Amino acid sequence: MSWIDIGHIDDIPLRGARVVKTPVGCVGLFRTGEAEVFAASNSCPHKGGPLSEGIVHGQKVTCPLHNWVFDLNSGEALGEDARIAIYPVRLDAGRILLDGAAVGKRSAA
Amino acid sequence: MTEEKQKLIVIGAGMASGRVLEHLTETDRDAYDITLFNAEPRGNYNRIMLSPVLSGEKTYEEIVTHDDAWYAEAGVSCRFGERIAGIDTTAKTVTSETGEVLAYDKLLFGTGSNPFMILLPGHDLHGVIAYRDLEDTQRMMAMGPDNKVVVIGGGLLGLEAAAGMAARGVDVTVVHIMGHLMERQLDEAAGYLLRKSLEEKGITILCGANSKEILGGDGRVRALMLDDGTELPCDLLVMAVGIRPNVALAQDAGLAVGRGIHVDDQMLTSVEDVLAVGECVEHDGAVFGLVAPLYDQAKVAAQTLLGEEAAFVQKSLSTKLKVTGCDLFSAGDFAEGEGREDIVFRDPSRGVYKRLVIEDDKLVGAVMYGDTADGNWFFGLIKDGTDISEMRETLIFGPAYQGGSPVDPLSAVAALPPEAEICGCSGICKSTITDAIAGGATDLGAVRATTKASASCGTCTGLVEQLLQVTLGDDFQMPAAQSVCGCTDLTHEDVRRLIKSQELKSQPAVWQELGWTTPNGCHVCRPAVNFYLLADWPLEYRDDPQSRFVNERKHANIQKDGTFSVVPRMWGGITNPDELRAIADAAEKYDVPTVKVTGGQRIDLLGVKGEDLPYIWADLNKAGLVSGHAYSKGLRTVKTCVGTDHCRFGTQDSTGLGIKLEKVLWGSWTPHKLKLAVSGCPRNCAEATCKDIGVVCVDSGYQISIGGAAGMDVKETELLVQVPTEEEAIEVIMAVTQAYREGAKYLDRIYKWLAKVGMEWVKAQVVEDLDNRRALAERFELSQSIYRKDPWAERAKEPAPFAPLANLELEAAE
Ligand SMILES: Cc1cc2nc3c(=O)[nH]c(=O)nc-3n(C[C@H](O)[C@H](O)[C@H](O)COP(=O)(O)OP(=O)(O)OC[C@H]3O[C@@H](n4cnc5c(N)ncnc54)[C@H](O)[C@@H]3O)c2cc1C
Ligand code: SF4
Ligand code: FES
Repeated sequence: MSWIDIGHIDDIPLRGARVVKTPVGCVGLFRTGEAEVFAASNSCPHKGGPLSEGIVHGQKVTCPLHNWVFDLNSGEALGEDARIAIYPVRLDAGRILLDGAAVGKRSAA
Repeated sequence: MTEEKQKLIVIGAGMASGRVLEHLTETDRDAYDITLFNAEPRGNYNRIMLSPVLSGEKTYEEIVTHDDAWYAEAGVSCRFGERIAGIDTTAKTVTSETGEVLAYDKLLFGTGSNPFMILLPGHDLHGVIAYRDLEDTQRMMAMGPDNKVVVIGGGLLGLEAAAGMAARGVDVTVVHIMGHLMERQLDEAAGYLLRKSLEEKGITILCGANSKEILGGDGRVRALMLDDGTELPCDLLVMAVGIRPNVALAQDAGLAVGRGIHVDDQMLTSVEDVLAVGECVEHDGAVFGLVAPLYDQAKVAAQTLLGEEAAFVQKSLSTKLKVTGCDLFSAGDFAEGEGREDIVFRDPSRGVYKRLVIEDDKLVGAVMYGDTADGNWFFGLIKDGTDISEMRETLIFGPAYQGGSPVDPLSAVAALPPEAEICGCSGICKSTITDAIAGGATDLGAVRATTKASASCGTCTGLVEQLLQVTLGDDFQMPAAQSVCGCTDLTHEDVRRLIKSQELKSQPAVWQELGWTTPNGCHVCRPAVNFYLLADWPLEYRDDPQSRFVNERKHANIQKDGTFSVVPRMWGGITNPDELRAIADAAEKYDVPTVKVTGGQRIDLLGVKGEDLPYIWADLNKAGLVSGHAYSKGLRTVKTCVGTDHCRFGTQDSTGLGIKLEKVLWGSWTPHKLKLAVSGCPRNCAEATCKDIGVVCVDSGYQISIGGAAGMDVKETELLVQVPTEEEAIEVIMAVTQAYREGAKYLDRIYKWLAKVGMEWVKAQVVEDLDNRRALAERFELSQSIYRKDPWAERAKEPAPFAPLANLELEAAE
C-alpha cells in the first residue's frame, strides 16, 4: 500500500463527505464519526448519482437521487443487487491517508 | 567476598517506574543498587487519583503509593526534586541538574509525558496552567465560590478538572472544540448524556467552540476570548488538551525516538542497557495515555532487568470517567473498520445508553452511559475475542440474559409479573394496565387516558400495545401508525410533541430521549428532525447542513446529470436591466447551457458545475442578486401582477405588497415548499388561488386564502380572512406561516396540514385570537432574525468545501 495524505479530517464536516479526484474517477470520502472516515466510489451504480452529496448516517450513505442506501464497510447497496468500490483509508493524527495504489496511482518509488 | 552490585538508575518516579521498582524489589531485593531521580519534589503517588483529591473526596496522603519507609525497606536511594539533565550512553553515566555525575549499569526511563499547551496569545500569563501534577491540583483547589475558571478541553482530564472545581463551588466553563464531549471515547449520544449531567452540576459547556486568545491584565489571566468574539472572564485557565511523550532527554542522549522513545517487546530502547516504560515510550507505533498497559510494561521491564524472558503485548483498553454521578464506560474501539455492525439500546427514562460494536461475530467496542454494571463483562468479551454469534440477539442485555433461547416478544410480555414496570416515565406497572383493559380500555388511547401509561415519552407504546394484544387476543388490532422511519416507532406528530414538551434541543437529545434504534438516524428522519428543531428552537439549535438533502445543503438544485441549477431572487418577480445584464454575463462566463423562465417569475440558469457554484454566486451577489431558494423547503417565490402601478383594473398595489411579503418571508424554512402570489383584483392574473398562500386585492382590502395546490394535486385555496390594511395582511401571513412551521408534519404542504387541523382551528389561531396572532408573528420574526440572510453570500466567502478535497489525477500523468 502507498498511503497518500489527502487532507485533514476536519476538512470534512461530521456526517458529511468530500470528493477526491483520482485516476479511477471521483472517490468519496465519508466522515461517519469524529474520527472515522470511509472511502468509496462517488458514483451510484443506479444512475450515477453523486454519493458524496447524499446523507451520511451510521456507516452508510444514501444516494441523493433515488435513495439507494450503501453500506460503506462493504460497498453493498441495501436491498439491491449492486455495490460500489471501496478503498483503504486510514487516519493518522487527524490526517486522512488514502491508499494510492488502490486508486490507480503508481507508487512514487 | 561480595560481588559489587549492578547499578540501576531510574529517571522519573511515576506510575510506571513505581511498578517496576515494586516488581524488581519484591522478586530480588538485592539484584540492583537503585537510585531514583524525580523532577517533582516527591516520590511516587497515584496520579490518576488527583481528581478525587481535587474534588475533596480524598487527601494527598491517601494517594501516596510509596512513602519514605517503603523506599528505605526496598533499599532505593531517592533523589527527589532533582532532574536528570544529560546522559552519556558511551561512558554510561547520567548528569543531574546539580552537575553531579553518576555511573549506571542499567538505566530506566520513566519520564512520562508533558501536557500539551496550545500556543494561544497569552498562554504564558500567570494563571494559565495544565492538569498533570500535585502543584496544578493545588492551584485549582485554591479556587472557591467567588472564582471563575475556564477549562479548555472536554476530554477526560478537562472534565475531571471541571467537575472537581465545580464540587468546590467554582463557576466553571468548559470550552471544547469538537461537537461533543470526550469524542475519542464516546459517541454523540453518550456525549449528550454526559453533558446533561455535567450541566446539572452547574458546569457551563460550550462545544464547537474555538479559543482565540487569552486576555490578561498585569501579567495575570483575565479572560479567554473565542473566535466569535465571546469573552469568558476567568481567574484561572486550565488547558487540558492532550499530552506529548516527554522525550527531550532521550533524544539528546541519542536514543531512537519517534512520537515516543522506541522500545521493543522487552522494553529495551535502541541503546544497550537502557530501558524505558510508561507514557514516554512508543511501542509498535502506539503511544499510551492510560495506566493499564503501563503496568504490563512495568512487569516486563522488571523481568528483563532480572534476566527473565517476557514480552509486552498491547491489549484493548477501557476508560471510566472519575466524576461522581456520571456513570460512563467505554472500551475497545468503535472507529474505522470493515464489516462492523452496531447494536444500540436506550432507556430514556433512566438516562441509559449502550452501544456495542460487532465485527466478525466478535465484540470490538462498547460505550455505556447511565448503567455501566455490565461494562467489565463486555470488556472481557472484547479482550478475549469471544465469538458472540450465539448470543447476538440478547447480547446488549448483558450476562443475566444469556443462556436461554430467544423469546418472542409477546410471550415475554405475557410472562412479566404483574408488578413489572411498563411505563418508566409515569411509573405504571403491568397490573394497572391490565386492570384498565379489563375495565374497558381497549385501545391505546383509552389506556393512555385512564392510566397515563405511554402518555409521556411514548417509548413504552409498543409494550402497552403488546399487553393489549396479550390481554384481548384477536379483539385487538395492532394499529399501523406510521412511524417516521425505521429508526423509531414514534410518528412525526409524537416527535414534534416530544421535542416541545421535553425541550429537546439537539439531534443527539432526540435520538437518546426518544429511543432511536440507530446511532444517528437515517436519510428519512434526519431532515425532519433537523427541521423540527430549528423551527421550535431557532436560537438554541443550529441548522445541520449534513441533515439536509443535497439541494438545501448546496443551495442549488441538483440535476439528473449531477450539475446544478441556479435561480437568483427577483423580489415579487420584478427585475431591472442591471440584474439582467449580470445574469447574462454569469450565464456566459460559466457556460450555462440552458436559461429558462420559471413559473414563479424567475430566471433559472441550468447546468452549472458544482465547484463553480460559489463563484457564480459571488458574481451574482455583486449585482445585488441573492439566493432565490428555488431548492428549499422554505419560502420560494411571491408572484405578483402589476396591480395599480400599470393595470386599469388594479385595486391595490399588488406588486408592492408582494415585494414586502417576500422581504419579510425570505430565508425561512417551512415543512415543505411555500409559494405565494398577490393579485391586484379578482381577475387573478398572478394565479393566487392555487398557491399555498394567496392574496387577492379588492377595493375594501385584502383577501387572504390558504391551502391551494397546483402539482400532482390541484386545489383551490380556502378563504382565511379579509383584512383592511397591508400591515394586517402581512401579520396574518407571518402568523399562519409560523403556525404551519410549528405544527405540520415535515413534507406536508399547507393543504395537507389544513386537512388535518381544519380551517376552524387555523382561524381560531390567527383570525379570532389577536394576541395569539401577534405572538405567532413575533416568534416568526425571532426565527427570521437568524435565517433571513443570503446563504449564497455566506458560502461564496468560503468556496473550498465545494471543490475536491484533493486531486490525485494530475501527478498520475507524470
Ligand atoms: C489528573 C489525571 C487523571 C488521570 N486519570 C486516569 C485514569 O482514570 N485512568 C488511567 O488509566 N489513567 C489516568 N491518567 C493517566 C495516568 O496518570 C498516566 O498514564 C500515568 O501517570 C503515566 O505514568 P508514567 O509513569 O509514564 O508517567 P508519570 O506518572 O507522569 O511520571 C513521570 C515522572 O517523571 C518525572 N520526570 C520527567 N522528566 C524527568 C527528568 N529529566 N528527571 C527526573 N524526573 C523526570 C516527572 O516529574 C514525573 O513525576 C490520569 C492522569 C492525570 C494527570
Ligand atoms: S389581477 Fe387584476 S390588477 Fe392584477 S393584472 Fe390582473 S387584472 Fe390587473
Ligand atoms: S442514482 Fe443513486 S439511487 Fe438512483
